[in-house]
Amino acid sequence: MDNIIEVKNITFEYEDSDQKDTVLKDFSLNIKRGSFTVILGHNGSGKSTLAKLLNGLYKVTDGEILVDGISTSDEEHEIEIKRRVGLVFQNPDNQLVASIVEEDVAFGPENLGHAPDVIRAEVDEALKSVGMYEFRKSTPHRLSGGQKQRIAIAGIIAMKPDCIVLDEPTAMLDPKGRAEIISTIKKLNRENGITIVLITHFMEEAVDADRVIVMDSGKIVADSTPKDIFSNIKLLKEVGLDVPQTTELLYRLKSGGMNITTDVISIEESAQKIYDAIHLEEI
Amino acid sequence: MLKDITFGQYYENDSFVHKLDPRTKMLLLIAVIVFIFVSQNAVALSLVALLILFSVLLSKVPLKMYFKNLKAVFPIIIFTMIINLFYNASGDVLVSFWKLSITTGSLYRAFYMAARILLLIIASAELTYTTTPNDLTDAIEKLLSPLKFIGLKNAVHTLAMMMTIALRFIPTLIEETQKIMNAQKARGADLESGKLIDRIKALIPILIPLLISSVRRAYELAEAMECRCYNGGEGRQRMKQLKYHSNDFIAFAVVVVVCATVVAVNMIL
Repeated sequence: MDNIIEVKNITFEYEDSDQKDTVLKDFSLNIKRGSFTVILGHNGSGKSTLAKLLNGLYKVTDGEILVDGISTSDEEHEIEIKRRVGLVFQNPDNQLVASIVEEDVAFGPENLGHAPDVIRAEVDEALKSVGMYEFRKSTPHRLSGGQKQRIAIAGIIAMKPDCIVLDEPTAMLDPKGRAEIISTIKKLNRENGITIVLITHFMEEAVDADRVIVMDSGKIVADSTPKDIFSNIKLLKEVGLDVPQTTELLYRLKSGGMNITTDVISIEESAQKIYDAIHLEEI
Repeated sequence: MLKDITFGQYYENDSFVHKLDPRTKMLLLIAVIVFIFVSQNAVALSLVALLILFSVLLSKVPLKMYFKNLKAVFPIIIFTMIINLFYNASGDVLVSFWKLSITTGSLYRAFYMAARILLLIIASAELTYTTTPNDLTDAIEKLLSPLKFIGLKNAVHTLAMMMTIALRFIPTLIEETQKIMNAQKARGADLESGKLIDRIKALIPILIPLLISSVRRAYELAEAMECRCYNGGEGRQRMKQLKYHSNDFIAFAVVVVVCATVVAVNMIL
């Protein structure tokens, strides 16, 4: 697999006041085509800034980000880079432009200047892929948070991107909406082959990822498989991440002296693990 | 609930008028309004009135809804009638007191003016009853599009985009206002009682958070639009294309015939 995104030794500084605020310094990262990467990090870890850098919404102060070999600083290809790397934000309300679902989804392809019947096909396909086709004539304010966020994702998919970067897409949703979004993302990755970069501070969402990156104050502190990361609870706690209750329980049992690993997340698996551990001790 | 508010007053139905192209309806409304004022006598005006009545019946919107609309402007109609009653002094004097007198001419004038306002309101209401705000926005964009030839290329697109976004955010902001009001009430803010000045002052803690959050929303929306390849009106295409159908031509023809008759009646009488 080749890399769809290559981040090469970038530095990024906010320059809105007198003092320069360096968010990322000498930061490098490659994203493989077709992969599902989760970036975990607490507030202020620089993960949202990274998201906005990946599609050229923000420009790097130093270094270079290549999307399919094109630099995000290249003014000429600005639109093309934004089409290839779609960005979904936290608040679904602030991403929707039109008051009819299908017209909102059409916004991206309309900006790209596609022909009306092509747009129609792209919109229908995008809505179907997020399971919102039957709501196409509805109005966003009557939908739930999870549904609105799926519309926002459809709005990106309609532009036929190669990669979607999602910046905490579930942070404002209830558990049901959160589950809807995560399963939609997984489906897009597996069935449509879209590269996914999911930025979040919910560990649970990283379970099925190919790769998990943990960020803290502008640096990568861990980069491995979910299983590997989850067995290192101490590190996750150090960078201020919320650990799921099951993992927390396993972690405490482990630090209490039980012979147990912390690399599972689901309640059933954890229960099985504890059962096995108790059983093993009895023998 | 505030959330279920339908803006504009669109009444969902499937009538001849509903199915007309929004541009047709808008142009015809303008024509009808012009001819309400072009009509110089009762015969001409009643021709326009018949046309409006006919379209109202065609729209299949309950007459009750039109009456509801008229109730709001009733004081204005009465006021206009009273002014006109004493203003025009032609014809025979019917009643006279102090320096004022009501004549047959003024009585005729009063009713004539009242009818004009009534027809104006009914015709405009019909447009909003039969056309969704989104369709109206599309129609305005299309109708104004010739302006781009006189150097206002981006202005038309910007205006339409602003209207689209405004329509999209009205319910969101209403919901937000409700939330802020509840939050302030929960902290003991008194929004309903007191003198007018006090009540206006009580609005400040609602309006300021609303304003700040709107600015934040605008900023986020701008970024989201940029991420969706928005680049102004340049090279932008629309999924929904407005198209005139045979019904639109029939409607145009009917209105043109009536308007021509009005001109003829004006000249003869």
